[in-house]
Amino acid sequence: MNLSLLILLPLLTAVAIIPLKGAKPVRVISLISSSLQLLLAFALLYFYWDERSAGNTATMLFESNYAWYASLHINYHVGVDGISIAMILLTSFVVLAGVLVSWNVEKLSKEFFFLLLFLSVGAYGFFISLDLFTLFFFLEVAVIPKFLLIGIWGSGKKEYSAMKLALMLMAGSALVFVGLIGLYLNTNAGNGQHTFDILQIAQMNIPLSAQKFFFPFAFAGFGIFGALFPFHTWVPDGHSSAPTAASMFLAGISMKLGGYGCLRMATFLMPEAAHQYSWIIIVLASIAILYGAFATMMQTDLKYINAYSSVSHCGFVLLGIGMLTKTAITGAVMQMVSHGLMTALFFAGIGMIYDRTHTRQLSQLGGLLKVMPFISTVFVIAGLCSLGLPGFSGFVAEVTVFMGGWSHEGADNFYRIVTIIACASIVVTAVYILRAVGKAIMGPLASNDHSLLTDAKWNERWAAALLIIGIVAIGIAPFWLNDLVTPATETIVNKISAIVK
Amino acid sequence: MLNDFLYLMNAELLITLIIFILLFLKLSNEEWKNEGLLNFINFLLFINLAAGFFYIPNGNLFGDMFRANELLTFEKNLLNLGTLIISLQSYDWLKNHKHVPEFYMLLLSTLLGMFFMISSNNLLMFYLGLELSTIPLAALSNFDLDKRRSSEAAFKMIMSSAFSSGLLLFGISMLYGATGTLNFTGIKAHLSGNSFQVFSFILLLAGFGFKISAVPFHLWTADVYEGSPVAVTSYFSVISKGAVLFVMVPVFYNVFAPLANSWYNMIFVISVATMIIGNLFALRQQNMKRFLAFSSIAQIGFILVGLSAQSTAGSSSVIFFILIYIFSNLGAFGVISLVSAITGKENMDDYRGFYKTNPVLSWVLAISLFSLAGIPPLAGFFGKFFLLFAGAGKGNYSLIVIAALNMVVSLYYYLKVIKIMFMDANEHPIEKIKAHWQPKIAMAICVGGIIITGIASGAYNYIHSLVK
Repeated sequence: MNLSLLILLPLLTAVAIIPLKGAKPVRVISLISSSLQLLLAFALLYFYWDERSAGNTATMLFESNYAWYASLHINYHVGVDGISIAMILLTSFVVLAGVLVSWNVEKLSKEFFFLLLFLSVGAYGFFISLDLFTLFFFLEVAVIPKFLLIGIWGSGKKEYSAMKLALMLMAGSALVFVGLIGLYLNTNAGNGQHTFDILQIAQMNIPLSAQKFFFPFAFAGFGIFGALFPFHTWVPDGHSSAPTAASMFLAGISMKLGGYGCLRMATFLMPEAAHQYSWIIIVLASIAILYGAFATMMQTDLKYINAYSSVSHCGFVLLGIGMLTKTAITGAVMQMVSHGLMTALFFAGIGMIYDRTHTRQLSQLGGLLKVMPFISTVFVIAGLCSLGLPGFSGFVAEVTVFMGGWSHEGADNFYRIVTIIACASIVVTAVYILRAVGKAIMGPLASNDHSLLTDAKWNERWAAALLIIGIVAIGIAPFWLNDLVTPATETIVNKISAIVK
Repeated sequence: MLNDFLYLMNAELLITLIIFILLFLKLSNEEWKNEGLLNFINFLLFINLAAGFFYIPNGNLFGDMFRANELLTFEKNLLNLGTLIISLQSYDWLKNHKHVPEFYMLLLSTLLGMFFMISSNNLLMFYLGLELSTIPLAALSNFDLDKRRSSEAAFKMIMSSAFSSGLLLFGISMLYGATGTLNFTGIKAHLSGNSFQVFSFILLLAGFGFKISAVPFHLWTADVYEGSPVAVTSYFSVISKGAVLFVMVPVFYNVFAPLANSWYNMIFVISVATMIIGNLFALRQQNMKRFLAFSSIAQIGFILVGLSAQSTAGSSSVIFFILIYIFSNLGAFGVISLVSAITGKENMDDYRGFYKTNPVLSWVLAISLFSLAGIPPLAGFFGKFFLLFAGAGKGNYSLIVIAALNMVVSLYYYLKVIKIMFMDANEHPIEKIKAHWQPKIAMAICVGGIIITGIASGAYNYIHSLVK
């Protein structure tokens, strides 16, 4: 299967909608394109299993490699392993749901869908890149559409949030850039030649001093994308000001670019440094988990609640990566997928409520279950997934991270204490989720005007159903995701343990 | 000999021919209509650009004072391209101007000077070319004849360029004293790196610094840019700087290679200062031209990072960046020039709500600014990446960290303009602008260039093969 299709399909759609007139053809074409993306992602999954069951044990499948800037050793090199496929599936789910949710965007709808599609080009490209330059290229492709999406279609203090997000993410990519150049100059592909190729670098031994110097750049850079404490401050503002679909993309896809990058570039290519710095990552991630959870308790705006809880949940991703055990990293990847789906669902639900009531303040909401049962149910499901109820994806992912942390080979008290602290945050999560859900859904109607409101329309129902299917599929049958991801995490962990021993 | 002369100097002779045609047009008794005249001139400039691709001379003239080869022809073609774009863009401004032939005579004289400067292999020839390219520029910046600011700009321009020429000449004469020759090859052979030679090099560097407005020699830039007509400003910021940088690459890499250790440190300091100061001043500008002036100072800082590399990657990335810079900066100036010519508005606040009335122009400006800011998939990303990438080749990471952080700062002010155009509401935005087809073509070239040059690696690979 040709992976470039994943980039070309949204890109060509984005170009194709430029000459169109009127909102209707634009959104129909976007819907068709994003449905095709979903099909493509499933086709990729199918072919991947096909190859694997046929006994193909290569690290990366469906590779293609073309020289791009030959004199600078820059190649267009793509390929996928289980982690990439999980991320691609997540992206295609969120993109389709995002397009459906944005069905009624009236203001500049062509530009809106163009930017959504362009953003997904960046995400797909990032997840399939096996060349550091290409990886970085697609990472930055995904930044500016967010700025425009938030700034033009957002609400509240949107200009401030858009600028803050763009500058912080660009600062992140500037750090990544330094790490990338440093890594490149310390590679040795024979004859004093350097390389950007991830698979080649993974075979080399980068000098320890270089690793220790450049790992923080790469990890912190991607960490900004993945809401690493203390670089998480763009998350609440960005998410809460963004229009619904952009919030879904931001939390569902963009933050995952960070986690994936930390794993693929920082940890995979500089394993010794990752091992040495792991305690710092673990401490920062635990702070993010706890701080995010407690900060959420203080919020009264629904979007802020979900945004701060995203900081907390993405902390689990970084915690899993920091633990550097097979189970924990698998858990981190599962948490990325799970959080992506769950938080997209949450934002979709909040968006639907906001479109109708025009408020997101908890104090002005109540009793919505009576007037909009479908939306309220969606909201409850997202909440329950967020607090880690068994049967939904959040439980599976978080438990895997905890198990990975508890059974850490180091087996000293540090890892166990951290795991216990992280576990404790779930209680706090339960408090704020149940409070928000209870206040908004149960009880008497907050305002008489609300009794006239309508329930979800077809597009909203489909969007929610799609994401719920994903959540439940992981929650009930986690093994398929586990089987998909484990071989890939094994490659990473084996490399680390080989070096440590 | 005559054949050599004709072949090797074909680009220069063609420009001279056009200047003479314009001169005769002016001398005749006929009253030419501006529209027809502009169409004709743009046609000539197009022919001039196309001709550059047909014959690639190779050799030298006047006892090795003047060289011609494929790389130099490519550089001249780039300048021709930029001049054509600027000429197309200034259609709406020149349409109502009384002195169209004079404008082009002066403009093409500077271009001729730059060609001689690029082709020079001798400090004397270099200096002649430089002066020929500078003095008409001062007259050009006075070309908004009824505006005081324009005269002020011309005056500042002539003063500062006289000063910088003085420094340059002083440096040249000292260098002559130190080495006994003005020929580049000869100078290189005689350089040993003693402090007298380094001192004369510093004077030369100051002269170069003035021309490309690197900090601390940038003080004239903002005022001159603001006062001059937009067409001239864009010529200043792209063509004139580009030509000097084309010369700086071989001069630094070949001629002053024996002094490489000294000049690396100087370029390092100048580059860092230029990036930081250009960025800090650009943050607070309210006038679009001043804003682009300071942003172009910051861009020079990035170019100097690439120049500091002393490798083929360094020289090819500098030339490649100038190609991209022509498209990106001229795309931005094209929109500003159009708005300024039709509405007379040049302030940032006037652009509030610009997207509502002029969506296409807003996208052109936005794409150009994104490219200047280095956002993929636009060409500016590749240009900046390669500059910093080349600069890192020496293993000096502090320069790269500073440059990368400066890119974030510069993003702020580019995004500020985008925000003003796309997000701010305005009850009286600039009205819908109806552009002539010539500026439209110019913008199409710019946007096409911005989108294609980076993604398709052909241009870079070609430059790399020439530089080798």
